[in-house]
Formats: sequence, C-alpha cells, structure tokens
Amino acid sequence: MAIGLHQSDFKNPVVRWIDSRLPVFTMLQKEYGTFPTPRNFNYFWNFGALAMISLLIMIATGIFLSMHYTAHTSYAFDSVERIMRDVNYGWLLRYVHMNGASMFFIVVYIHIWRGLWYGSYKAPREILWILGVVIFLLMMATAFMGYVLPWGQMSFWGATVITNLFSAIPLVGEDIVVWLWGGFSVDNPTLNRFFSLHYLLPFVTVGVVFLHVAALHITGSNNPLGIDPKGPQDTLPFHPYYTVKDSVGLMAYFVVFAFLVFFTPNYLGHPDNYIPANPLVTPAHIVPEWYFLPFYAILRAVPDKLGGVVLMFGSIAILFILPWLDTSPVRSMRFRPIAKWFLLIWGINFAILTWVGGKPAEGIYVTIARFATAYYFAYFLVVLPLLGRLERPLALPESIAKPVLRGGGPVLAGAAAKPMEKA
Amino acid sequence: MSRFFGKTGRSLVGALVLGAAAFLNAAPARAAGEAIVLPETRFSFEGLFGTYDRGSLQRGFQVYKEVCAACHAMRQLSYRNLLEIGLSEEQVRNIAAQFQVVDGPNDVGEMFERPARLSDRFRRPFPNENAARAANNGAYPPDLSVMTKARANGADYVHALLTGYSDPPEGFTLMEGMNYNRYFPGNQIAMPNVLNPDQVEYADGTAATVEQMARDVTTFLAWAAEPEAEQRRRMGVRIILFLIVLGGLTYAVKRKVWADVKGH
Repeated sequence: MAIGLHQSDFKNPVVRWIDSRLPVFTMLQKEYGTFPTPRNFNYFWNFGALAMISLLIMIATGIFLSMHYTAHTSYAFDSVERIMRDVNYGWLLRYVHMNGASMFFIVVYIHIWRGLWYGSYKAPREILWILGVVIFLLMMATAFMGYVLPWGQMSFWGATVITNLFSAIPLVGEDIVVWLWGGFSVDNPTLNRFFSLHYLLPFVTVGVVFLHVAALHITGSNNPLGIDPKGPQDTLPFHPYYTVKDSVGLMAYFVVFAFLVFFTPNYLGHPDNYIPANPLVTPAHIVPEWYFLPFYAILRAVPDKLGGVVLMFGSIAILFILPWLDTSPVRSMRFRPIAKWFLLIWGINFAILTWVGGKPAEGIYVTIARFATAYYFAYFLVVLPLLGRLERPLALPESIAKPVLRGGGPVLAGAAAKPMEKA
Repeated sequence: MSRFFGKTGRSLVGALVLGAAAFLNAAPARAAGEAIVLPETRFSFEGLFGTYDRGSLQRGFQVYKEVCAACHAMRQLSYRNLLEIGLSEEQVRNIAAQFQVVDGPNDVGEMFERPARLSDRFRRPFPNENAARAANNGAYPPDLSVMTKARANGADYVHALLTGYSDPPEGFTLMEGMNYNRYFPGNQIAMPNVLNPDQVEYADGTAATVEQMARDVTTFLAWAAEPEAEQRRRMGVRIILFLIVLGGLTYAVKRKVWADVKGH
C-alpha cells in the first residue's frame, strides 16, 4: 500500500480530516456499519454482543469498586460492607458486579451452546473458536479470584480447595502451591496477588476479545443454516439490521439482570460468604459459585486426586481440539438428524453436572457424576468422531436467501447429502 | 418471533434446561444439610415489595440493645444509622450518649473514654474475640451486622432459633453448658434462651411476648443486614418498568427496520 493519506469517503470536514490520517471512521463503518452479515440470524446470535456488554459492565463497576476496596485480610470484609452501606450507591455497584458475573456466565454458556449447535467451531472458524475458549478460561480465572476478594468463608475455603488442586502435580505440586499462595496457607499475600490479577485479567480478556472479533470479521459469521453466504442476497449490513436486533436482546438481558440485582441480589451467592473468613472453621459443604459446578462435579467424580484435576482441566482443554474431533463437514445440527440428539443430551447432561456439583460428594450423587462425566467426554471423543463418518446428513439448502423466503425450506429431504461447499 | 420458537426450538430447549438447572441448583446447594422446616413468619419486609415496619424496627433495636448487645457486637453499624429506622436525631444522640467509647490519644498521648456520638460505631460488648470467649464458656457470640444474609433463609432462621428453645427430648444428651434448640444444626447451642415473656418493656405498649420480641429483633437484624433493601426495591420497580417500555419500543423499531427484508 502506498504511503500517504487515506482516501476518506466522509463528507464532514473534521471527520474527513481525522479519517484521512487515522481511518478509524472508515474501519468502524466497514466492520460495524456495512459489514455483510447473514440475513438469517436467530436470537441466539445476540449473545456475542451481550457477552461484550457484560465484560464492559464488569470492568466499569469493578474500577469503581476497587476505589473503595481494601485488599488486606483484616480489612477486606469490612471494606466490602462499607461499600454496601456508606459509599453512594455502593450497594448498587457491588450487586451489579456480583450478579454481573452470573449474567456473564449465563450469556457465555448460551453463546458456547450456540456455537456447538450450529457448528460455529468448524472450518474456517477454528481459531475464532479457540480464542473463545481462551476467553472462557480467562473469565473463569477472573471470576474465581474475584470471589476470593470479599474474604468471606467461601472466599477463603474456595481459594484453599482450588489452589490445593495444584498439589496433585507429581514432584513439584507442593512447591507450586506454596508459590501460588506466597506462603504456607491462603493468607494476605494470596489475597493481594488475587486482587492484582483480578484487575489485570479483564484487560487481557479485552485483548483476546479484540482478536476474537477480528478473526470473526475475517471469516464472517456462521448462521443457523451453517452454509456460507453466496452473495449480497444472502446478507444484510450489520447496521441497522443487527444493531437493532441486538438491542432487542439487550433489553431482555437488562430485565433479567435488573431482577437479580434489585430483587434477589444474593440468590445466586452463598450465605457463608457473609461470614468473615476463618481459617480455623471449615464450612460443612464447600461449594464454588454456580457457574463452576459442572467442572467441580467432574473433579469430584474421580476417586484419584490427580485424575480428577486432569479430567477437570481436560473438560475445557478438549474444547480446543473440538474442531478436529468433529469430522462431519455439516455445521448446523438442523441437518444432522442423529448428532443433534446426542448434543441435546449433552446439554441436559451438562445441566445434570451443574446440579450434582452442588450436592455433597457421596452416595448416589457420585454415581450420577461419574456417568455424566463419562458422557461429557464420550460426546467429544467417541460420538462426534464416529458420527461424521456414520451419519447421513439432510440435504443442505442451496443458499441462505432461498429457505428464508416464507414457505421455502430445505428441499429433497432424505436425498443423499451434497458435499459441503468449502469456503 | 414464530421463527425464533419454531426453527430453533430444540436448541432453545437445551439452553433453557441448562439455565434452569443452574438457577434451581443454587437453593439446594446452600441449604445442604438442613432438612428442618422453619416456622411460617410473613415479615413486613418479605417479598418483592416489602418494607420494614418502623415500629417493629424500633422495638427490635430495643431488644438488641437490652438483650443481645450484652454479648453480640454489630460492628458494621454506627449510631447515625438509627436515624433510618424512624428515630429523631435527638433520640439517637441520647441513645449514643448512653455508651462510653474509647477515643484518643489526647494531647498528652493517653486514651480516654467519652460518650458515643452519632458517627461512632455501635460499641462492642467485648474488646476482642478472646475476651468474648472467656466470658461465654469458650463460645464466640458472632457479630450480628449481616447475620440474616449469612444464613440460609436468614430472617426465618433467626426468628426460629430465638423461639426454638425447649427441654431436650427423651434420650438426648446435652454437653456441659449447652442448650437444646430445635432449629440449630445439631440442636446443641451455646447461647442460652434469652427471650422470656416481658424481657423488655416496650415504649409503645406492645405486649412483649417471646414471639413478638423475636419478630421485632429479627426485623431489626434484617434491616441492619440490608439497610438499602427499600430503596433497592423501589428503584428496581422503576427500572424494570422503564426497561419493559424501552424494550417494547426497541422491538417496534426492530420490526420497522426489518419490514423490508423478505421472509421476516
């Protein structure tokens, strides 16, 4: 590209002056204005935007909370209570931040589910998907450390249980745990570093989200049919069509969010976290926040400590290689008559893991957790690799524009599948 | 909307199942190990639009001050907070002045005692945990500032606990210095029964039954734990109504924008 001013199309002289030197207006217009987007999105495609909004809300409320929070074992609990009582609208900031974490996970779980159902992880979107899994991991680390900050009983004991997982690593495990703690138990150095990292990681997340969106804008969005747009008749400009459709979803999101914050702010939390941390008193049941329960269930399903840790981390790591485990070229489950049932059961199975993760690890719950864990992995390691070869997908529609016309739809149902067109 | 529920119906079901399980799970996860049914209470502050009964709050504070405060601190509260339960500034100043608090150091470097002011925290009954344990047979009376948030079904639990004392059933062995309580986990509690009929003399003439005192002090503790609850709920009603209207308008705009797209 030649060196020189950018040829700006903007009429406003000020905008034009800036844009010809730093073409941010052109970029925004291209990526969020005219950006060609499949015309057939359903409301599941709201959740990427909602996740972005959630991240921004968490950062905004978090910055203000940190102005009043004290990261010290002797003051942390009281400083949170001071935010609740004496800081102007401090209770609002804190409850938005607290429930914002739950909203973020609800939104991201639906976003991931959308990706699984419509095959958004398949070629050419593998890197897009992998970056998403990285974001998910960063979120989990951030949420875990954030939950430690109020220094209640669950903060302390949750931190103790989770950091102790690393002691399962052979040979160096114990040393790693001491290194993580900054001492010989979860204590003030641990709280300090968790606060520092809790502040840092969201900004790392913003960076990875940028890459996630950048990758999305190279491949373009997937869509409910899982076929590629073939021309302008298959797409719409992002604005105003999807800005307004995302806004509708955003309103629904805000209603749910507001209900949690204003009417049931502590429903998703644990009462024990309103008891100041006490290293001498172990709670009867140590449970993580609800959004970690499926993985906690997998951890406890294995009788061996190292095995449990490996499976727990493996349950997320396996998502990194999902694009290569699923051997079917058909993306959308709409055209996979067998796989869709296995995925539906996988979704229910994930809910069962969430439920059983909150139960004591004894009796029937352990058995349920083991079966559910087995199915969790079997779906990825056995079902998807085999079905790609054994399943006969339904015929794919010729284009997006055709079936979206009312009365249209996939024709030639039951006929041999056409080979998937590759982008 | 029909498209939304029609073609994506099955995938939607999956997402809903996941969401529902997450929500339903929260309650049993917290209540684990607690099979006892707490008595019905119907507090003024329950429900989506509940408010704190001011008379009950003031009576509850009296119970706390005359009974509970002998052992239990409420270190998150200041005397000025009592202005919120309907007491006048003069009344609160007089209440505060009944307590001596340590201040200092003064000009010659010595700590001294003075009557409490509005800005002082509630005076604690014991200077530290060890002193509290020494005076209570080894048990530590917990701080009550956020007690109703720190227990599952907090208000109902506190009320049940205060009214749950009785003689132990046949064959139940109490440990030395412990008391039997129907609602305490394990049924053995170090705290003795402190509420007896006419334990306090209410200024407003309300009969001080055990049930009445338990309800009043529970109301006071619920307010102490969530003093923002009334403002929060009022704000919530307004914000949700606003969002529903804005959501309706947004949906209308969406329909208008999409009207020219074939198939929608």
